[in-house]
Parts: sequence; structure tokens; C-alpha cells
Amino acid sequence: MFDRVPDGTLVARLGGPWHLHRDMPNAAMVTREIEAGRPGRLAFDTETLTAWDSSLLTFLIDVGELCGRSHVTVDRNGLPTGVQRLLELAEAVPERQGARQEHVVPPWLARVGDAVLRARGPLLEMLGFVGAITLALGRLVRGKARFRLSDLFLLVQQAGAEALGIVTLISFLVGVILAFVGAVQLEQFGAAIYVANLVGIAMVREMGAMMTGIVMAGRTGASYAAQLGTMKVTQEVDALTTMGISPLDFLVLPRMIALCLMMPLLCIYSDVVGILGGAAVGMGMLKLPLRVYYDQTITSVHVGDLVGGVFKASVYGVLIAIAGCLRGMQCGNSSSAVGDAATRAVVTGIVFIISACGVFAVLFYVLGI
Amino acid sequence: MDTAPGANPATDPHAHITVRNLTMAYGSFVIMRDLNFTVRRGDVFVIMGGSGCGKSTLLRHLIGLNEPASGEILYGTESFTAAEPARREQLLRRFGVLYQSGALFSSMTLAENIGLPLGLYTDLTPVQIREIASLKLALVGLKGFEGFFPSQISGGMQKRAGLARAMALDPDILFFDEPSAGLDPISSRLLDDLILQLRESLGSTIVVVTHELASIFTIATNSVYLDVDTRTMTALGPPKELLRTGNDTVRRFLRRGESNGAKGAP
Repeated sequence: MFDRVPDGTLVARLGGPWHLHRDMPNAAMVTREIEAGRPGRLAFDTETLTAWDSSLLTFLIDVGELCGRSHVTVDRNGLPTGVQRLLELAEAVPERQGARQEHVVPPWLARVGDAVLRARGPLLEMLGFVGAITLALGRLVRGKARFRLSDLFLLVQQAGAEALGIVTLISFLVGVILAFVGAVQLEQFGAAIYVANLVGIAMVREMGAMMTGIVMAGRTGASYAAQLGTMKVTQEVDALTTMGISPLDFLVLPRMIALCLMMPLLCIYSDVVGILGGAAVGMGMLKLPLRVYYDQTITSVHVGDLVGGVFKASVYGVLIAIAGCLRGMQCGNSSSAVGDAATRAVVTGIVFIISACGVFAVLFYVLGI
Repeated sequence: MDTAPGANPATDPHAHITVRNLTMAYGSFVIMRDLNFTVRRGDVFVIMGGSGCGKSTLLRHLIGLNEPASGEILYGTESFTAAEPARREQLLRRFGVLYQSGALFSSMTLAENIGLPLGLYTDLTPVQIREIASLKLALVGLKGFEGFFPSQISGGMQKRAGLARAMALDPDILFFDEPSAGLDPISSRLLDDLILQLRESLGSTIVVVTHELASIFTIATNSVYLDVDTRTMTALGPPKELLRTGNDTVRRFLRRGESNGAKGAP
């Protein structure tokens, strides 16, 4: 592979086919040769070279850098002309200062500090967004907000009627699960009939609103973020702004109104379907007559429970819309950013819902509702 | 810096857009500094420069999508930078902007896209709005496409439809962001012709961001060159004059990198 010529030249013989999909030789063997012999010049002999591609070029560039460091002159005359030209092309433009990004990992304490400092920006941004939406709502009340009613109707349809299928499925199953868990325990005391209380109260007070919220965060919140994000990428949001139309009025308000209107309805629907799921278990497993199950549910669930649940649902609706639209409006300028925005919208939406649920639990307890 | 005609505009009665000491920055990163130029009424003013030098950012500043780090932009004698939001909105209504990708609203038909600003800012009836939308579409050669959605037409047609929307309110100033980007040479030429016709028939002031040499020489009556290395403008004047009298960088740019001789000059 290597020949030494008496005048201090190391000749590297490159032979055979050089292909990327074969193994690439390591430049380290050249290093060893250079260190062993301390030549003044490196030349190449390519008589037996049959084919070459980028693997040869990469190898030669590595070798060139090595030789540069150990002050060995590289003689490229022995190389095929194509290789010589490509190497010159690769070296024609000097590396731009700062173009190569160095990744230095700072100590973990510094990383924690950085993360805390960075958390401030998004938090302020979120507060600013909520403030801007409040102002937009003010314009809406004064009749100054501009959006198209046909957009609103379409959004209502998407967030309402089109969501019924998935809400039905999830609510029914939640009702069934609650009933099963309850039935196994309550049957031990011969109190199987109280499954109706358990399912009824749980669905109406909490689970109806929460499950609808989570389904809608995954379904509608993500779609809002993706829609607004794409509109940012295609400059539609800019176009609105330069037409003198506030994107908040035109895009965010109708979405928020649609969800805020539809969530309570979906929640009531989900309550009913969940209770039906419970009834299915009651009738099938516990052999309770439907009439008895129905009466037990009616006597245990109060109007206050229902109002509380529906109120929660509309708050969740607003939170999902805020999360979806905020992440959409924050979206960067690429298609992967749109995907990120959708993901972040779902995560933010669910975090909002669960946090709000906790706040409501404490609040309702304190108020004695 | 070249002092071509129109470079000292403070007292020019024909000044339509005046940029004074404008510095643009993203955070602490300065993109361009000390920009001073005037666009006169009826000009086709071209903002040119290499890729990534801040041409489109300058356009975004001119239409108020980005705020200047320092300096001022005036429309007529009125400061746009210092205007109240409500006043700024009024000024914005006199602009038409054609975005790089057309930026048509994808959930609306072409007629609805064009009718949107008309419906918001005029008292026209829906029938009248539809008629005006048809007229604007006919002007850009898209007669009969009223009911199409943006996704159903080609990129070149989307650009023309975007132009129709930009013209909806008969604006005083039309802004074009890279009008020929992504178009074949013939479509791009047709768009240039359209720009010239608009200027002649409507008398609008037109500001174009582009690096297409053919377009620059065809349409521009005045231009500014943004230099990416020095981060400021290095030439101001009609491109044909800059070709003779401009400094080296702008001449190289206008000759596609050939630093002397008439070989690359159109």
C-alpha cells in the first residue's frame, strides 16, 4: 500500500474500486505511516484504481488535513484529473466564520438556570396572548370585531356535529369502565344498585366534561394549531394583517366561540352516553332492570351537578381554543414547525384541562357545591 | 454611496415613501443599517440584492409587519412608524401586497378572497362585490375562475389571483415580494408586463423585491441595492444608470458576477 522513495516521499498506492457502499478506509493508517517515516511529501499512485466516488474524495480531504497538520506537502498530480478538480472545488470557498455550529454542553446547573430563564419568555407570551384575546372579545362585544359568519358556522360544525362519533365512543366506554370498577366492589356489600349513583355522579360532575375536553384537545385543538400554523407559513396571516384585519379577530375569535358553544352541548351528550354505558353494565352484568337503574340515577344526580359539569366544559372549551390558537400563532416558518405546533397544542390543552380540573375541585369543595 | 436622482428627498413633493435612517434588526442581530431612500409617486421601485440580504425584511418593514429598530418610514409626509394603530390601519388599506406564495386564503374561493377587503371596507352589496371580483380576475387573466379554490389552480395562477386581491381596493401603492420566484420565464415575463400595465393605467406606485435581472431591467424606474457584506445600501438609482455609474459590487450584481465588459449586460 505504501512505498517509500529515497528522496523522502511517501507514495500511497490507491487501488481497486472505491465505493461508498463498501467500507471506507480510515485515514489513520496514513497517520501511522507519516509518524513512522516522517516524509516531506506525500504522493499518490493510482494506476490500479478502477472506480471512485465521494468515498475517495472524503478520504483524500481527511488525508490532506492530516498532512497539513504534520507539515507534509501533498502532491496531487498522481490523482485522476476529475478527483483533482473536485478537490479544488471543495477548497475554493473558505469555511465561513461561525457557519459550523459548535455544540458545547454546559454543566447541568447552568442548563437548569438557562431553562428557568427561558421559561419566562413563553409565559409572558402566553399572558400577552390571553390579554390580546380579551381585547378582541371587547371588540366583539362592541360589534367591531371582523370575522365571517360562514367561517363560524363551519367551525361550529367541525367542533360540534363532526365530533359526535368519537365523543360517543369514548363516553360510552368511560361509563362502562366506571360501572365495572364500581360493580365489582359494590356487589360485595350487596349494594349493586349504587353503581347507578357512581356512574351518574362521576359522569355528570367530572368525567363528561373532562373526557370531552381531552378528546377535543386532541381533535380540534391540534387542528386549530395546524390550521393557523400553516396560514402563518403561507403568509396568509401576514396578508390579513396588511389588509388591516386583526388575525385575532378573524381567526382566533370564531374558533374560540365555536368551541365555547359546542363544548357544553357535547358535555351533556357525553353525560347521557356515559350513563347509558353504565346502564348497559347494570343490565347485562348486575341484572338491574333499566327502569330501576333510571330511577336511581335520577334521584342521585342533582341539577347543581349538571350545571357545574357544563360550566366546566365551557371553560375547558375556552382553554383548548387558547392552547390551539396560541401554538398555531407561535408556529415557525417550516412544515416541521406546523407539526410541532399541533403536538404542543395537544399537550398544552391537556395540561390546561387537568390543571383547571384541579382548581375546580378545590373551588367547588370550598364553595360547598 | 451613489447619489442618484431622488437620493435627497426631504423636500421632494412627489415623494410617496420616504425611508429615513432605517435600521432593521432581529433582536441584537442587525440585518441592515442606515437605509435612506425615497420612492416617488408613480415609480416602479426595485429593492435588489443577493439572497438573504434582507430585501424581504425591508418590505415587511415598509408594510408594518416588522418594527424598525431605529429610523422612520413616511408615507407622503406622514410618519407610518409613529402612527396610532387606528391610523396605521387606514394607511394599510391604501396598500396592496402580493406575497411570495400568493398567500390566498385557502378556505375561500378566488372571488371570496378578492371580495373580503371589499366587504369589510365598503358598503357595496354582495352582487356588486362579486362583479368587482370578476373584473379584477379578468384583469389578471383569470376570467371564469371565480368559484375555484386556491388549491385547484397552478402556482402562477395563484400569484395572479394574489395580485387581483392586492388590487381589490384600488391601492395607491402595490408591493410585490419576489413576483417571479417559482415561475417559468414566460409566466414571469407576463407578470412583469402586467406590472407595467398597472402602473401606466392606474398610476400606482409599485415597490418590487426581486433579484431577477431580466425583471429589474424591464420594469424598474428606480432601485436600491442592499449589500449583504456591508449590511447597508450601497447604490441608489435606475438600474441602467447603475450599470454604468454604480460601484463595483452593484455592477457585478447587475452583470451576473462578470465584473467588467458588456458581456453579461442586457
